[in-house]
Amino acid sequence: MNVDRYPSLGAALMDGLDRWADHTCLVESDRERERERITFAEFRERALPFAAFLDGAGFGPRDRAAILMTNQSKWLLAAYAIFHRAGVLVPLDAKLAAAEQLRLLAHAKPRVLVVEFHLWRALAAESAFAALAVPLVIVTEAPSAPPAGPGGVRVRRWEDARAGAASIELAPAQRDDVACIVYSSGTGGRAKGCVLTHDNYLQQLHALLSLHPFAPGVRYLSILPTNHAIDFMVGFVGPFVCGATVVHLRTMRPEFVKDALVRYRITHLAVVPLVLRNLETSLRERFAALPPLRRAALRLAIALHGLFGRGRPNPRLARRLLRPVHEAFGGALEAMFVGGAATVPRTLSFFHGLGIPVANGYGLTEAGTAITLDRLDPPRPDTVGTPLPGTEVRIDAPDDGGVGEILARGRTIMRGYLDDPELTRETIVDGWLRTGDLGCLEPSGHLRILGRRKNMIVTEGGKNVYPEDVEGAFGDLPGVKEHCVFAAHYLWKERQGSDERLLLVVRPDPAEYASILTDYVAFRDAIEARNRRLFDFQRVQGFLIWDDEFPRTASMKLRRDDLAAQVGARFGERVAVASPDGATIEVERGVISLS
Amino acid sequence: MTSVDDTLERILDLAAGHFRVPRETLSGDDDFFRKLGIDSLRALELLTRLEDHFAIELPDYEMHGVTDFRTLATRIHARLP
Repeated sequence: MNVDRYPSLGAALMDGLDRWADHTCLVESDRERERERITFAEFRERALPFAAFLDGAGFGPRDRAAILMTNQSKWLLAAYAIFHRAGVLVPLDAKLAAAEQLRLLAHAKPRVLVVEFHLWRALAAESAFAALAVPLVIVTEAPSAPPAGPGGVRVRRWEDARAGAASIELAPAQRDDVACIVYSSGTGGRAKGCVLTHDNYLQQLHALLSLHPFAPGVRYLSILPTNHAIDFMVGFVGPFVCGATVVHLRTMRPEFVKDALVRYRITHLAVVPLVLRNLETSLRERFAALPPLRRAALRLAIALHGLFGRGRPNPRLARRLLRPVHEAFGGALEAMFVGGAATVPRTLSFFHGLGIPVANGYGLTEAGTAITLDRLDPPRPDTVGTPLPGTEVRIDAPDDGGVGEILARGRTIMRGYLDDPELTRETIVDGWLRTGDLGCLEPSGHLRILGRRKNMIVTEGGKNVYPEDVEGAFGDLPGVKEHCVFAAHYLWKERQGSDERLLLVVRPDPAEYASILTDYVAFRDAIEARNRRLFDFQRVQGFLIWDDEFPRTASMKLRRDDLAAQVGARFGERVAVASPDGATIEVERGVISLS
Repeated sequence: MTSVDDTLERILDLAAGHFRVPRETLSGDDDFFRKLGIDSLRALELLTRLEDHFAIELPDYEMHGVTDFRTLATRIHARLP
């Protein structure tokens, strides 16, 4: 598929609708029930009247339109119509707090907002709603009359947003025109709107398709939020241009996700590391529960797959050797993409061993989508793969070990941050994007990520410690759901400015919490045993049991700053923990020192 | 026609049964994440139980931003036929 000839996303998408007219474009499912499936031709029939409506409402080239919705057909219909009119799409994160969404809307200043009813209702309940200044709001799934907007805001139901004209011409856009403004999940406070051009996206698409050619017959399950760069490319632009099918589910409940993999024989899927880890845990538990003979047979099948697959995950071979495992994934899975945060190598190896090709990648909203991707040839689970075609990566000011800040250059890099020339100058220097991540490049070209520049810890001995390295050693702590490593000064900024001692924060599995507390000596020993595997300067000097779910972004990336702030503020509080027998134990949140 | 309080009582019964905690330890204003020791994915399990019980459909977003039983009861009550 050659996308070089398209001047814009609108042109590429429109061509897809024409070319694949009779193929299935979308499957809209709600749990086990399929609501509808529509062809590319039917998609076009729905999208163009909406584009005509936007035109009639005065929306034209370079005007901005925000979408605030969960994954569903109207997200894609609205996005298509915006591109058809050469507008600029502002995809917003549906999982952000309503006040934050209003703040981003004030920053992006769109002319149009397309929003799901329940999210609109949540916006309307905020005090800052009165200051909303979007001229036209279109509410989907509104039962009757949606809440009115503040003065000057016109509110329409999706069903009423149709013009007399059933069709309208494609408004031309050029490669260098802005296609999207995407807010990156950076540190709080400053709105970072990444300005991305049509060229950025089409170049990214070109690179991705050279590695994973999509075609009719590809069925992609869209569970990452579509506002997120990965799903936008793999769950919208890519499939439309190539005639692949996108499946929407309307729920994230794991039981329905598993069902959908089987029912639709999903071929491609993108997940975040947390979901992958949950899948790994449940598979490992199921394997452990097998009778000894069946377990031995499983080990043999895994070994045979490794031997005959020559160390590369080979789904066709593995489906024969490991049929029940592959049937649980639908039996048709060709590729699974994981990104958005660091994945533990052990988890990746586990899936590769089973013949499930999980491709680990690394990217930033600022870089379009992906910078690197593991080609699995052979897999390198300790890395994030090699740069995509057309993208250059280099390490800035490497230390003796070759570690420095990762810089990226290429046609997918954003133009800059919206209305923030200062931050843009700091972030894109001489054409190179400063990622803020630390890593090193191997002679083979594989990139290893070693942590965030900001989050790096320098010990009193002058040694650099990357929290991710230390966290890796505690990945298999029994009964622990999530964990994170901080320098003490990061948690208690005002108290000790230079305390570089490392602390491990663990959140137990709720079902295990009470037993960890009652047998905490064993738990401490388990931490100490893992601690001893680390270099002396990497060892944690205390641990803290935290009972709240760690704060994460919509793409499940850990918000380290927020977690540090929560721990710092609520340290020492007394909390109640339910024990299995129904009694309540009261404990104090505190640091437990090791030896 | 049941009241919001009736709905709340049913939710507390179902939550106690599903997560195996004594019914009398739960009350409407409890933060159910804390009280039941569950995370957001497990909270969605409760939604599935409530759907079965009330024979209605509850989108995932009815859990969005809700942490206490009473708010959940209000939302569910609004969906009852």
